[in-house]
Amino acid sequence: MATRKILGYRRENGAVGVRNHVVILPVDDISNAACEAVANNIKGTMAIPHAYGRLQFGEDLELHFRTIIGTGANANVAAVIVIGIEAGWTKKIVDGIAKTGKPVFGFSIEGKGDIRTIADASYKAKEYVQWASELQRTECDLSELYISVKCGESDTTTGLSSCPTVGNVIDKHCAVGGTASFGETSELTGAEHIVAAKAANEEVRKEFFAMFEDYTKLVFDQKTNDLSESQPTKGNIAGGLTTIEEKALGNVEKLGKKTKFIGCLPPAVAPTKPGLWFMDTSSAAAEAVTLWAASGAVIHLFPTGQGNVIGNPIEPVIKLTGNPKTMATMSEHIDVDVSKVLQGEMTIDEAGDVLLDMIVRTANGRYTAAEALGHREYSMTKLYRSA
Amino acid sequence: MIHFLTHDTEDNVGVAVVDIEAGADCIGRNLSDNKTLKAHSEEAIPLGHKIALKDFKVGDDVIKYACVIGRISADVKTGHHVHTQNLKTKRWA
Repeated sequence: MATRKILGYRRENGAVGVRNHVVILPVDDISNAACEAVANNIKGTMAIPHAYGRLQFGEDLELHFRTIIGTGANANVAAVIVIGIEAGWTKKIVDGIAKTGKPVFGFSIEGKGDIRTIADASYKAKEYVQWASELQRTECDLSELYISVKCGESDTTTGLSSCPTVGNVIDKHCAVGGTASFGETSELTGAEHIVAAKAANEEVRKEFFAMFEDYTKLVFDQKTNDLSESQPTKGNIAGGLTTIEEKALGNVEKLGKKTKFIGCLPPAVAPTKPGLWFMDTSSAAAEAVTLWAASGAVIHLFPTGQGNVIGNPIEPVIKLTGNPKTMATMSEHIDVDVSKVLQGEMTIDEAGDVLLDMIVRTANGRYTAAEALGHREYSMTKLYRSA
Repeated sequence: MIHFLTHDTEDNVGVAVVDIEAGADCIGRNLSDNKTLKAHSEEAIPLGHKIALKDFKVGDDVIKYACVIGRISADVKTGHHVHTQNLKTKRWA
């Protein structure tokens, strides 16, 4: 099957993006104000404030750096201004992003103050945004896009309609050489045997179980009850999902019928070759999508039952639902309606084609519901307390 | 109109795909073989919620997607609503 064409932005390192952001990226929480001031000064730029970046250490600090660098390195980003309180970690982020070959410049606040930093960074941001605004979309293959998938506010209709629709797209995308990633480690509980059976080989299966058991241990170590109301959530339960096993079995419908996954990624690590990858993520929507954007994903597919409203500043989040009540009450959040599947008026294969069409339109520039509504949730995954 | 779906022939609960009223004769469809199923609702089953397709005793497994999704914690008769009041996880508990 020939791959479809899209109009995307081919970046300096060959990666294909579908958005052309100029981002003002804080290294740490206390640099948010300066970043927001620069984004306010220079139109067409976007600050990405977040909550952390001071006194972190060890694996948690590595994940923080990886997330910030990956965010700037994402192919949906044309150029980056990095602002941090001090020069050392600021340079580390700049150097990490610079490996992509894209324009990136760092500013640090200590010894200068916010106002002079904001002025200096604003001049550079203006230069970048004017340069980026002249970049042209070029014809690229749809299969060059790295797509991430995760559902939220699931109910029983997601397992019947929107999740298998995403699975159908995963099968079609990966069959022509596309790259994709799924995760939500804790939310595979009760369906881990199905995931394991989809591992490409024994090594991948072992790696998956190691990550899965590690996360399960964390849940057991920290839990104060059986997690009912957290996993499944109150929204899941209102939608008819009763247990984590039931939720997980619906969730894994997103993996497709034919595709095997070829490797396991720690959070915010980029896939090294085309195919389907497991990433070890939380099941919380904003945290997980932030990790996928940091791993380079340029479009996210988000099945929802009861109506999750999430977006992401870097990757467009395409939402689909099969729940007719959600279509009636929250249609402004939904990009693709697959509710006809429940009455047998639309097959999963047809729904997959409808979703593929929406991926092409979104890649070509159409704003998703989340983009139009201004949803830019960016949430760091924190592994433990700071020093 | 289809009132409920099952994922697999082994499933012993169906998922309402419309709001089902109490005392309704319901038409269902099994997705793995497309066969038509019948059930009678003994209570209201909201869209997305599960209807018992057999009598369950405490400790029985509930099967959906041909997999165990939990254990019955209070007896349930055919046609009744299966949810948090009578079905519990077998994990994390």
